[in-house]
Amino acid sequence: MAEYQTHSYDVLVIGAGGAGLRAAIEAAASGVSVGVVCKSLLGKAHTVMAEGGVAAALANVDERDNWRVHFADTMRGGQYLNNWRMAELHAKEAPDRVRDLEAWGALFDRTQEGRILQRNFGGHRYPRLAHVGDRTGLEMIRTLQDHGIHQGMTVHMECTVLTLLLDGGRIAGAFGYDRERGHFILWKAKAVVMATGGIGRAFKVTSNSWEYTGDGQALAYRAGAELMDMEFVQFHPTGMVWPPSVAGLLVTEGVRGEGGILVNSEGRRFMFDDIPENYRSQTADNEEEGWRYTQGDKSARRPPELLTRDHVARCINREVKAGRGSPHGGVFLDIAWIKKRLPDAEAHIKKKLPSMYHQFKQLAGIDITKEAMEIGPTTHYMMGGVRVDGDTQMSTVPGLFAAGEVAAGLHGANRLGGNSLSDLLVFGKRAGEHAAIFAKGNAQAAVDDSQIDAAAKFALAPFERGPSGANPYAVQYELQEHMQNLVGIVRQESEMLQALEIISKLREKEAQTGTGGHRQYNNGWHTAMDLPNMLDISEAIARSAVLRKESRGAQFREDYPEKDAQWGKVNNVIRRGASGEMIVEQRPIPEMPAELKQIVEEMK
Amino acid sequence: MAEATFRIWRGDAKGGSFQDYTTGISEGMVVLDAVHKIQAEQAGDLAVRWNCKAGKCGSCSAEINGMPKLMCMTRLNSLDLTQPVTVEPMHTFPSIKDLVTDVSWNFEVKKKIRRFKPRKPDFPDGSWRMNQKDVDRVQEFRKCIECFLCQDVCHVLREHHKHDEFIGPRYFVYNAALEMHPLDTEDRLADLKNSNGIGYCNITTCCRQVCPEEITITENAIIPLKERVVDEFYDPLKRLIHILLK
Repeated sequence: MAEYQTHSYDVLVIGAGGAGLRAAIEAAASGVSVGVVCKSLLGKAHTVMAEGGVAAALANVDERDNWRVHFADTMRGGQYLNNWRMAELHAKEAPDRVRDLEAWGALFDRTQEGRILQRNFGGHRYPRLAHVGDRTGLEMIRTLQDHGIHQGMTVHMECTVLTLLLDGGRIAGAFGYDRERGHFILWKAKAVVMATGGIGRAFKVTSNSWEYTGDGQALAYRAGAELMDMEFVQFHPTGMVWPPSVAGLLVTEGVRGEGGILVNSEGRRFMFDDIPENYRSQTADNEEEGWRYTQGDKSARRPPELLTRDHVARCINREVKAGRGSPHGGVFLDIAWIKKRLPDAEAHIKKKLPSMYHQFKQLAGIDITKEAMEIGPTTHYMMGGVRVDGDTQMSTVPGLFAAGEVAAGLHGANRLGGNSLSDLLVFGKRAGEHAAIFAKGNAQAAVDDSQIDAAAKFALAPFERGPSGANPYAVQYELQEHMQNLVGIVRQESEMLQALEIISKLREKEAQTGTGGHRQYNNGWHTAMDLPNMLDISEAIARSAVLRKESRGAQFREDYPEKDAQWGKVNNVIRRGASGEMIVEQRPIPEMPAELKQIVEEMK
Repeated sequence: MAEATFRIWRGDAKGGSFQDYTTGISEGMVVLDAVHKIQAEQAGDLAVRWNCKAGKCGSCSAEINGMPKLMCMTRLNSLDLTQPVTVEPMHTFPSIKDLVTDVSWNFEVKKKIRRFKPRKPDFPDGSWRMNQKDVDRVQEFRKCIECFLCQDVCHVLREHHKHDEFIGPRYFVYNAALEMHPLDTEDRLADLKNSNGIGYCNITTCCRQVCPEEITITENAIIPLKERVVDEFYDPLKRLIHILLK
């Protein structure tokens, strides 16, 4: 029998980024007891890294904006694979969710009239992103944190969940460990909200922190939930490429929103050379018009640098492969050039992009007000994840909910910048609300000791193998290297099949990892326990990507470079078979209601 | 590959010692990279707390060659690598293990500070109007990433251990952000004077000097709060009014 502490809650929220905190606040407000499991310290979750802003059709800067335009933009960006119900709710509710934040103390940048200021971003027709310079995520998480701590929720900091507990297919709680002290914890719960974020750490070049090991997707999958759209991994076009130690670190899209341009080694603004058909009518055809757009001219169309992320990332990749890249294998992103247009450009850049200025100055020794940055694509966001009901956010496992990056649906084949922060507010709230309803209507399910013992045994195995076992860091690096090279931004079948073989070999190595030392704050041990999650989601990504024989959104297949209309009608769904094997299947997208279809048609 | 030696404190609440690790280094590396490399190759169970590796989350606070810094923002080319680089945990907080300290006290302090209490919305849709000028000074305080380096360096906590009577620079900045928030209606001055111990601060500006976000902690947050406390409680005319009203 394993030794552990026990806590009981009506609703257990796993993850304390924006989605988790928003869910916890909502659940607590309805009067149920709420526990929050937080992999790091409170307030350090990945939301803190979000820079550009939160998308909401407040229409403060351009009165033509409304939920219908936001809905159409989101669907177009996602290449129509989105869960249209989620896209509808998201567009309608995002403005109220932003206003909630203001009521809880958030201080967004202001317009001349004193309203919340909104900025341009890729794929959004009108300036739509409420922001605080380029540190919007910090403002959001701090607001949710500072509000949340007065709502009566209990936060378990630096704890990680190892397994979800089930009672005949229904959720009963979770079992995990406390990093700081090294002991096990059982959390009994009537409902569980999964809000663990993404999977970026499965790749070598990523903007994501160590926490992003696909825990939520993998735990839900192993508990019997369905995953969806796992082939769609967003490679953000602008990550740092130099120095090597910071490769992958995010450079906000806000740089381009403020007028930054992409240039190759020949000095050519190459984004004008390749504008996709479905965006042609919305995109500027000359530099002058593009500049006017970034300065708020409502008659101008957006510059091609602000096309969707999937497209911009591929264009950059193409320039580099064609030998027109920058010295360290990226291209140039230039904001300094605006000094030709603005009298006080240097102060303007520092005011609008303070952390970018700071980041390049300190980490690369580059002054972005004077010289161009070198950037290239970086693994940034998982569009796919746990398949949920659009209204309630409940997964296919009764009592298990998911919200934010870990859930699938809103973004389809590609996410628009700014739609993630609004996603986690809108659906974090909905998940918390419906988890509380579920908890009120259902008794605590029975906890099965054998599930706990199995998890504890798995967790302690690396100590039994000791320091002479396989090095968990080395296994992780190996996986990252192969996922980057074989299932990355440009894919083909033979490489992905090779990746699947490697993943199955790495599973054998994972089972041999060992660690020295003791259970208290032992990073090597934690890495060993994260590995099965990373391997599961890596396999899901590769299998789903192999099955989709077309190029759409974030998935680009060299062997199937065209979009295929048939593939536009289905999502790939992954579930665990009876003997533990991974099954991928196509699932038709439900018919869109006439009202929504009309919006899509009108705004094509 | 060039090499450098890192003298890292290993131990826990019961005690510990410095251990030297020599590792390969390359251009652009920061201290956190070196610590990770040592962890992956030589000391698998070395405890270090980190998240974003971009100076945005404030997790990897430590003392590098005796100076409170974020490991992720300290480039090796800013250090003298002919000598071993010492890396040790923050001194002001109890040790958990190696470079990780128990910072839970900070989270308890925050809970006790009176929460944001906005005035009624200006418009029926629940929104307010605020001038950017009024927002600017509070936005400076809201840049705080809660790395607790200011707490680490403050002598009231570090040397005098007044954790029960004094909330530290981080929470004066937090109080200032609330007190100067254009919408806030709460009054925190009595708390600042009594339970928060603002009088202990003798404005040596150590906190401001180590802040990685370059928040002007002493001049923009603490001194204005001290002035408000003095105005409220030590102004002779006001004291008279207080006495008469009682």
